[in-house]
Amino acid sequence: METLDPLLLARIQFAANITFHILFPTITIALCWALLFFRWRWIATRNEAWLAAYRLWTKVFALSFAMGVVSGITMSFQFGTNWPGFMERVGNIAGPLLGYEVLTAFFLEATFLGVMLFGHGRVSERVHMIATALVALGTTSSAFWILALNSWMQTPAGFYVESGQYHVESWLAVIFNPSFPYRFTHMLIASGLTVSFLLAGLSAWQILRRRETLATAVALRTGLIAGAVLIPLQIFVGDMHGLNTLEHQPQKVAAIEGVWQTERGAPLLLFAMPDEKTRSNRFEIGIPKGASLILKHDPEGEIRGLNEFEGRHPPVAPLFWGFRIMVGIGVLMLLASWAGVWALRRRAPNALPRPLLWGLVGMTFSGWVATVAGWYVTEIGRQPYLVFGELLTRDLVGPAPASSIAISLTAYLITYLVLIVAYVSVLFYMAGKADSTPYAQGGQA
Amino acid sequence: MSFAQFLPLFFFVILGVAMLLYVLLDGFDLGIGLLLPLAPNAEKDSMVASIGPFWDANETWLVLGVGILLIAFPQAHGQILGALYLPVTAMLIGLILRGVAFDFRVKARDHHKRLWNLNFFAGSLIATLAQGWMLGRYVTGFGQGTGHHAFALLITLTLPAAYVMLGGCWLLLKSEGDLQEKARCWARRSLVPVALGLLLISLATPWVSETVRERWFTMPAFLALLPIPLICVLALAGLAWVLQRPRVREEFAWLPFVLAIVILLMGFFGLAYSLYPYVIMDRMTLWDAAASTPALTVIFIGTVITVPVILGYTAFSYWVFRGKSTPLTYG
Ligand code: HDD
Ligand code: HEM
Ligand code: HEM
Repeated sequence: METLDPLLLARIQFAANITFHILFPTITIALCWALLFFRWRWIATRNEAWLAAYRLWTKVFALSFAMGVVSGITMSFQFGTNWPGFMERVGNIAGPLLGYEVLTAFFLEATFLGVMLFGHGRVSERVHMIATALVALGTTSSAFWILALNSWMQTPAGFYVESGQYHVESWLAVIFNPSFPYRFTHMLIASGLTVSFLLAGLSAWQILRRRETLATAVALRTGLIAGAVLIPLQIFVGDMHGLNTLEHQPQKVAAIEGVWQTERGAPLLLFAMPDEKTRSNRFEIGIPKGASLILKHDPEGEIRGLNEFEGRHPPVAPLFWGFRIMVGIGVLMLLASWAGVWALRRRAPNALPRPLLWGLVGMTFSGWVATVAGWYVTEIGRQPYLVFGELLTRDLVGPAPASSIAISLTAYLITYLVLIVAYVSVLFYMAGKADSTPYAQGGQA
Repeated sequence: MSFAQFLPLFFFVILGVAMLLYVLLDGFDLGIGLLLPLAPNAEKDSMVASIGPFWDANETWLVLGVGILLIAFPQAHGQILGALYLPVTAMLIGLILRGVAFDFRVKARDHHKRLWNLNFFAGSLIATLAQGWMLGRYVTGFGQGTGHHAFALLITLTLPAAYVMLGGCWLLLKSEGDLQEKARCWARRSLVPVALGLLLISLATPWVSETVRERWFTMPAFLALLPIPLICVLALAGLAWVLQRPRVREEFAWLPFVLAIVILLMGFFGLAYSLYPYVIMDRMTLWDAAASTPALTVIFIGTVITVPVILGYTAFSYWVFRGKSTPLTYG
């Protein structure tokens, strides 16, 4: 066991746990608002289709929420078990942010979830709507607090250091640190897009499999329209986010763009194999002056290269590729959702062209891929720092011996693998079952 | 006592309250999980239905507990979780298996339902045993040697009985007919192991820890503390008696649950008294371990405002789902 590096294992374990966790909040944050929308349409129109959509997607929500909760509980122990050094140094800042998340968000969503899922018949329609809105508010404020912390780690502000301990000077500056508004908006829209394509994908699958229910048409339409509206916004916010990163973390952007030498009129690389040994790219294919144009809004703008940050920049290849996966999916989302909305103008949802429907099925979980890719760019891009420019990851690793981490990591990975397979297959199974009758958690329908 | 000295004490109390609420609340739903294999399939659904609306919020008290430990006592947090690394992992995996089984067992294909029921039970068992072991190790300040490990093992074996007692009493309150009769029997059968466990723990704690011995067995503290074990014994005897009466299945169905809570409450007081003012027994007091005053102040304000609100809407949710439980439907 001596050969295993506890730092590396601790990082892999943390990354595995948070990657698994983020999948489910990404769905629940926006799906809860979508359910509120379905329920409101049902009350306003008394069209059974909205009720059917509400029922089917409530099942998806309940399942996703449970996955989010159990993996979240794991996360709340991870800070202590894997990064005690982190809490000893920046605990005065990270602690209260996490604390407020528990106090204002977790209890709210967890408690009203019961009323939201099972309260029909026990509370009035109005109280039920309020409970649903409170759950939605809870999931969104979860994202608010945790992203405040994460953004602070990326662009720390509002603090001072005294004998190695970080103290708060201004809470407003800590919470609304320079990258927070971009990150929060970008994450909320990412959640909206993930849910849009989940709605569209599962509904398209129902049509192709001839398992249409009352819910299919409205869910497909909602997903496509929401996706078509959100994706341009996301691209716009993403661009602003990138400019913000360029200002605060230029080495991260240099890695994303694969720029080694500081240059004017840098090309936008579509393909390349960044090589850290030779500190150059192989097989470059790019759009001349593209990167300068996007980042500086000037074809001759100067981009600082990685060589200016030798020894202090993140690994290049994962950032370069992670970013291209995210943006590539963004472009696909734009094409798919706009094509879908265009086709919906003259056709019924179940008469959409089959290639389009299959495309949507293929993109059911594209939001997940883009989100995780985006996070990897963000987080790996912060390396070698844990708090950017302040604390190095390697100085803050936990004391747990490598053998313990190896055991726990294996156990988590097996559990997660089984659960992900179960989750995805149950989602399709529920969509295919084509029943939209009141659903019993107790078993009987 | 200055405000700066008061703050750590305040959070010590909140930490205690959070852990107590966790044990009482998640205790009854973990207990239901432990009892699940004993019931026939039709009744399994009713058992799960009795805890469906609550379990998630119940587990949130655990999150608050570690949260407070992390925020208010960062020094202790690292040491405690470091020492308990593997049992914490086991508990988390147990809670994962169990938490997702709630939903999967009714949404997956029918022939997978048995598997998820099994997961529900296994997850509950793993989590409970891990918690017992952690509690045992924690109380003795992670001491080494056979005595300390035997002590932890003792608590590990007692905790499932305590959770079964809570779960049985909860089910008695929430169910009717055959299932209620079964719940009564289950609760009754848990009493002997619970009583035995509590007795052995009370005898063993002063024996493994000198601090505890001094604290309890000196006059006049001994007399002042006597009510704790006395009330506990009375509540146990009362519970045993009540569970034999026919009317416990009617208008007194709430009584066993209350008595079970009293028993665990006394256990908690005893434990809290033994530990105070240590966050880690004999090694670190709550003032040694506390975070900086400004950080504590910020979270103090939030706690004072939000905890009463949380308790308020928790009460609301229990009130909405009062009475006998009904099949859970998403309307
Ligand atoms: C559905 C998900 C999704 C989609 C389609 C996109 N993103 Fe994104 N992106 C995220 C989901 C995401 C994310 C997971 O939410 C991240 C990770 C951290 C964060 O704040 O947002 C992110 C981070 C992120 C960053 C920050 C890296 C950093 O500095 O930390 C930039 C610059 C972009 N994105 C830019 C874009 C652009 C130009 C897109 C155009 C198509 C785009 N993203 C599409
Ligand atoms: C917003 C809340 C988040 C916080 C507070 C947070 C915090 C952290 C911390 C403390 C680390 C450990 C130190 C390190 O290795 O850099 C880390 C690493 C990491 N996180 Fe995040 N994280 C968040 C979100 C995410 C999400 C959503 C993902 C992925 C989907 C993610 C992916 C990773 C990865 C891959 C690492 C390991 C990077 C590496 O070690 O090279 N993070 N994060
Ligand atoms: C890195 C540290 C993180 C920790 C310690 C953490 C902790 C937790 C915990 C304990 C829960 C369960 C709460 C309950 O009982 O209801 C939870 C759920 C949740 N978390 Fe996280 N989390 C982290 C990262 C994130 C990120 C990056 C996001 C999203 C941006 C997020 C959003 C949510 C949401 C929306 C829920 C509600 C449950 C659900 O949607 O499934 N969390 N988290």
